[in-house]
Amino acid sequence: MATIHPIPAGDVPALQTEQLSVYYGSNPALRGIDLTVPRNRVVALIGPSGCGKSTLLRCFNRMNELIPEARVEGTVRFNGEDLYGERVDPVNVRRRIGMVFQRPNPFPRSIFDNVAFGPRINGNTTGLAQTVERALRQAALWDEVRDRLNESAYDLSVGQQQRLCIARTLAVRPEIVLMDEPASALDPIATQRIEELIYELKEDYSILIVTHSLQQAARVSDYTAFLYHGELVEYGPTDLIFTNPVEERTEAYVTGRFG
Amino acid sequence: MRPGTEGAHDRTPTTESLFTARSAGGRRERFVSALLAASAAATVLVTVGLVLTLIFEAGHFLVEVGLLSFLLDSEWTPGFRPARYGILPLLVGTLKVAAIASVVALPIGLLTAIYLSEYADRRARALLKPLLETLAGIPTVVYGYFALIVVTPALRSVLPGIEVFNALSAGIVVGIMIIPMVSSLSEDAFRAVPRSLRDGAFALGATRFEVAWRIVLPAAASGVVAAFILALSRAIGETMIVAIAAGDLAGLSLDPRIATQTMTAYIVQMSLGDTPRGTIEYQSLFAVCMTLFLLTLALNATSQRIVRRFRTVYR
Repeated sequence: MATIHPIPAGDVPALQTEQLSVYYGSNPALRGIDLTVPRNRVVALIGPSGCGKSTLLRCFNRMNELIPEARVEGTVRFNGEDLYGERVDPVNVRRRIGMVFQRPNPFPRSIFDNVAFGPRINGNTTGLAQTVERALRQAALWDEVRDRLNESAYDLSVGQQQRLCIARTLAVRPEIVLMDEPASALDPIATQRIEELIYELKEDYSILIVTHSLQQAARVSDYTAFLYHGELVEYGPTDLIFTNPVEERTEAYVTGRFG
Repeated sequence: MRPGTEGAHDRTPTTESLFTARSAGGRRERFVSALLAASAAATVLVTVGLVLTLIFEAGHFLVEVGLLSFLLDSEWTPGFRPARYGILPLLVGTLKVAAIASVVALPIGLLTAIYLSEYADRRARALLKPLLETLAGIPTVVYGYFALIVVTPALRSVLPGIEVFNALSAGIVVGIMIIPMVSSLSEDAFRAVPRSLRDGAFALGATRFEVAWRIVLPAAASGVVAAFILALSRAIGETMIVAIAAGDLAGLSLDPRIATQTMTAYIVQMSLGDTPRGTIEYQSLFAVCMTLFLLTLALNATSQRIVRRFRTVYR
């Protein structure tokens, strides 16, 4: 059984899973996850490779559906609504719950067009230039690219590309941002910039971040969930998970004894 | 001898010289290498021989007729006296059929490729891919009679005034023939677009169509254009369908309803007849071949250049 530490009363749930399981074909990737992500908080998902962190993340914007063999059971609620309800369009889900990937994946077009992509497909083209500027400022990239918005996104450094991808996500004005190891392809300086950014972004967004780096989880997150073999082992406030975990496996992992 | 000891004896190191072993292997190696080089050389020799023959015979023709009148004369009448040899009517006929074929093949081929690469599940692909391959494997003579016996009567029932031999029917069927080429080359270009770009667009709330249209298609544009050009080149070189269904009237008209002679159809007509060697009609064959060869060569080279120059490099 998992140990779920209580969430302080002031925190409003934004995302909630109940007995969430995911199968790839007949292989279970996640089993019976109960997790609550509070609004305007950063939640880190940690655990060894293959424990299901990324799979869990992808349940929240229904990206798993793009994998033909994947099957999702249980419920995921977003502001109380069933995310997998019959009348819910996954396209709408993804406009409200954005995602940043492990490797920067800018589109092969200009910096401006990358950020403008989301607003354009949503038909929000009034004030597009301001929307793009605002998103780039939020992603702490504006000062570096303001004079070269029409250059190809591929001319940016990898770290800048990842901030561009964050800006691209923010331009759609999502409520929640999912981040799948957003700094794993970056050097330490670029990583630090992303972490500072996450800290600033939680003013406006709820952030769910998958990370391999325990230090990163400890630095940026308010809550931490430890997953192991597709199960949620322990979930609670980050300082508690790192300093005084209840589960033996959590303690072993956060002290570096395995994983 | 006890059982099990033979093995040990077999592994005794031989005293054979390393040099003899090497030279035996080296001789075989040299033979294989020479054989492979000869095969490669044969291809080159055949090509060179072909091109030289073309240049030689076409040269005779051009000396006789004159390059300017070959390129600019508006009539192609080898059978008349005086005969006139302007390539333009054959070129117009060829491009007319190729244009009709493109109108059929490019949209259908492209949409098929988008479907196969972005929409189709495994079952639909397993059904559609072999069907397309079958389409690509049908002998062109079958396509030719299909045009003449099925498509032309169907067209005549809709469009009165269309001739029995006409460019439209042949063009449509050439188009059908090159659909698999357009679709499979375009699909390859689509599949080369990394999954991560699609994921990025999906995560922003793009629909499947928006992902295909705004991300995959632009990213694969150079490959798609190259596919179009290669298919066009194939349509220009197609012979049997036009020889059977398009007729043999060389003219400058763009009307798709009338009989039209293409360069390839003229070549067939001339080589089937009893044109004596060395006559000007005989040599005209090579001049047309040369034109056709240069045209398709230019198209193939363009297609390769486009792929090289405009290829998106993903990181």
